[in-house]
Amino acid sequence: MKFIIYAILILAAAALWQLVRVVELAAKLKGVDPNKVTERDNRMNGRFFLIFLIALWVTSLWQLYAFSDDLLPEAASEHGVKIDWLMNFNMIIVWIVFLLTNTALFYMAWKYYGRDGQRATYYPHNNKLEMLWTGVPAIVLFIIIFLGIRLWNSTLAPADSSVRLIEIYAKQFSWTARYSGEDNRLGKSNYKMIFDVNTLGVDSSDQAAADDVIVSDTLFIPVGEEVNFRFRSQDVIHSAYFPHFRAQMNVVPGMETFFHFKPTKTTAQMREITGNPAFDYILLCNKICGASHYNMQMKIYVGEKKDYDAFMARRVKFLPGKIAQNPK
Amino acid sequence: MASDMHAHSDLHADSLEHDAHVHHGHDDHDHEHHETFISKYVFSMDHKTISRQFLVTAVLMAVTAMIMSVIFRLQLAWPGEKFAFINAIMGDKWGPDGVLDPNAYMALVTIHGTIMVFMVLTGGLSGTFSNLLIPYQIGARDMASGFLNMLSYWFFFLSSLTMIISLFIEDGAASGGWTVYPPLSALEKAMPGSGLGMTLWLVSMSFFIISSLLGGLNYIITIINMRTKGMKMTRLPLTIWAFFVTAILGVLSFPVLFSCALLLIFDRSFGTSFYLSDIYIGGEALSQSGGSPILFEHLFWFLGHPEVYIIILPALGLTSEIISVNSRKPIFGYRAMVTSILAIGFLSFIVWGHHMYMTGMNPFLGSVFVFTTLLIAIPSAVKAFNYITTLWKGNIQFTPAMLFAVALVSTFITGGVTGIILADSALDINVHDTYFVVAHFHIVMGVSAILGMLAGVYHWFPKLFLRHMNKNLGYLHFWLTLISAYGVFMPMHFIGLAGVPRRYYTNVEFPMFDHLQNINVLITCFAILGACAQVIFLFNFFYSMFRGPKSSQNPYGSNTLEWTTPMAHTHGNWPGALPEVHRWPYDYSKPGEEKDFIPQTVPLREGEEDGGSHH
Repeated sequence: MKFIIYAILILAAAALWQLVRVVELAAKLKGVDPNKVTERDNRMNGRFFLIFLIALWVTSLWQLYAFSDDLLPEAASEHGVKIDWLMNFNMIIVWIVFLLTNTALFYMAWKYYGRDGQRATYYPHNNKLEMLWTGVPAIVLFIIIFLGIRLWNSTLAPADSSVRLIEIYAKQFSWTARYSGEDNRLGKSNYKMIFDVNTLGVDSSDQAAADDVIVSDTLFIPVGEEVNFRFRSQDVIHSAYFPHFRAQMNVVPGMETFFHFKPTKTTAQMREITGNPAFDYILLCNKICGASHYNMQMKIYVGEKKDYDAFMARRVKFLPGKIAQNPK
Repeated sequence: MASDMHAHSDLHADSLEHDAHVHHGHDDHDHEHHETFISKYVFSMDHKTISRQFLVTAVLMAVTAMIMSVIFRLQLAWPGEKFAFINAIMGDKWGPDGVLDPNAYMALVTIHGTIMVFMVLTGGLSGTFSNLLIPYQIGARDMASGFLNMLSYWFFFLSSLTMIISLFIEDGAASGGWTVYPPLSALEKAMPGSGLGMTLWLVSMSFFIISSLLGGLNYIITIINMRTKGMKMTRLPLTIWAFFVTAILGVLSFPVLFSCALLLIFDRSFGTSFYLSDIYIGGEALSQSGGSPILFEHLFWFLGHPEVYIIILPALGLTSEIISVNSRKPIFGYRAMVTSILAIGFLSFIVWGHHMYMTGMNPFLGSVFVFTTLLIAIPSAVKAFNYITTLWKGNIQFTPAMLFAVALVSTFITGGVTGIILADSALDINVHDTYFVVAHFHIVMGVSAILGMLAGVYHWFPKLFLRHMNKNLGYLHFWLTLISAYGVFMPMHFIGLAGVPRRYYTNVEFPMFDHLQNINVLITCFAILGACAQVIFLFNFFYSMFRGPKSSQNPYGSNTLEWTTPMAHTHGNWPGALPEVHRWPYDYSKPGEEKDFIPQTVPLREGEEDGGSHH
């Protein structure tokens, strides 16, 4: 079977070769240069460009329509809504430029296809035009820059120390969450203290560590309350990607990085919105980190505050015997 | 000797002083010069031979990298499916039962990216066309140093060879993505490809950097010093301006990559801590401490960003020439085009941080990079509009090269506008490291720049091989390629917006991506079509090299100097004296002239003004 396939391929290549030679010889006999571009060639390709232009409009707009349901559901965080607005704003501009400039390009290619006896118009420059298409993009871009930087600064401004602090710890190939507990302080940690079950290297002599809660199955966060994530990595660079919340932050060994947001939709609400009873928020790894990079995930559950409190009450503290009587 | 591509060499004296110093090219040295097969075809110091060597090597590397992409696209579209093709290429260890191994997947995407970015789009574009066109178009007999030029090819060859060898070692090739961030790439314990595979990658890249530097220095010195009489900087074709700025970018930024790689070599082999700190891996705490992987990212992207302009600028330069000649019109806005090249070149050095928005950098720093990155869109837009205006009221000759040049403008725009989204750091939060990024850079590099390279190959084939490529096969190749290219990369934006990360072996572990699988299948189908279309090109390229119809001296009615040389490979390019230049290269369809082109060597008439002089 394989032999037949190879034989067919080789024969097809040989046939193509001979076909090319036949066409060339025939042209030579007629005294025509087979590779000279004729008006017929120009008209054909000009027409193809026009057809391609129409096809570009149709297929790209079709994709925009057909794949719109495949995109992420509405943002589930406060800042995420603003990001989506800015994305739409930019996309409208981008789509307009994409469609209009490609139209100008392919239209010109079709309209001015070379005809025999026709002569081009010598038009080497026009400074006014240059100013126009330097100036207009500059103005549009400055608007984009302004809006973008404003949202960026507000999103990434560090959270206040009163915001609920949760550590997300990354290692090949799992995520672990460490809640800071009542005192909202995470116990000190050091990679040299990683030993046995203490995967996160938490310093048990630090009082602040006593009420920390370590969770590796589901990250439970209360709806409507800002949460500040601190990221640490054990081994290589990972990236904490929370697509539904429009949040992402690299997790870099030797550094602490942060990202904070306020979830606005509970998991239950999201299941209704998406029409998918099996929907779950998810944390993915988004920086190549090794063999199982494609399966480094943690489920996230957003619930009402009372359910969150119940959840936390059930969890084991890091050092239950050492919790201070009157935590701050 | 009849089978070689340099027939007719006995027509004139084949001689030249090899170490061409600053002659200002008016003299012809006709002393005897004995060449062996080795010195003429292998270790050649002739820019034309060297350009062919770069081209053929790059084409072979491109074929390799393209096959890799078909393999991993098969895995992405039909995860876990058995493909005899995969087992045939990858063998039983990396493609057991016809299913791609996850580590092999990462090695393939890594080496695919590395080969395409460096060997194909840098070596194949700059190496081929800077070498071919610089001496020709400025009116020089050869590069300033033929010897360094020869070395630049052979280091490129060594680099390519080392990269290919790294595919065959036991633990696999480098697999941390073409960006090879440490600690993943520094520690063998982190992934198997980070052992010998990564070492060979670093060796290969070191050779590549040497090659680029040798080439780049040569190009700069030649353009500055060896222009023929009358070839003022303002009479240079835009190809030369592009190669010139590209070479400057390379000379300034490749050494930074070299230092980046060197520090990584130290961390890997000599216990240093440039990039490493607070690491616990393989059951123990690493003693190396105090460094930061972010340092690597800064050093890498300090080259990495200019690198993408090193890739696109030559393609844009070639396009300027091809569009102008084939529209029979001057390129619109020559001065603006030159200024744009300079602006893009300068700005390309101050935008690298946009690759690092999500590293936890100070938000203010991010804002600075947003600003500079969006600025670079302005000269890019100017160039696109100028190309379109060049077509306006032209008399367009659709050679295959012209088709590719027009399509380059389209994909440059399409890919460029998604760059605006990515430049916006707030928007990057949700698309960073997703397929939105992959779609963007493939459209600008993997499509636009490659279209430029193909345009150049078709257009300058007569100068490379004294023959023409087949026109109808060229048309077929073009249309299939353009359709496949948009077919692969347009849908990819949507899966990126849907949150699908890059460098994932499979998406099946996330139910949220299940509904996107049909898009992945669509992409792979177009990718296979595109790969098959390239077979037409390969056939045409190699067949025409030997059996294509012989070309006339100036088949396109072009003004630039390369078309004034004889149709036989002439050592020293012009058999007699070097040409003298009297005008800019864009006098096409000048009013009051009989012919629709005036070569640069034609003196100005009484009262005639040089088109490039007034603005």
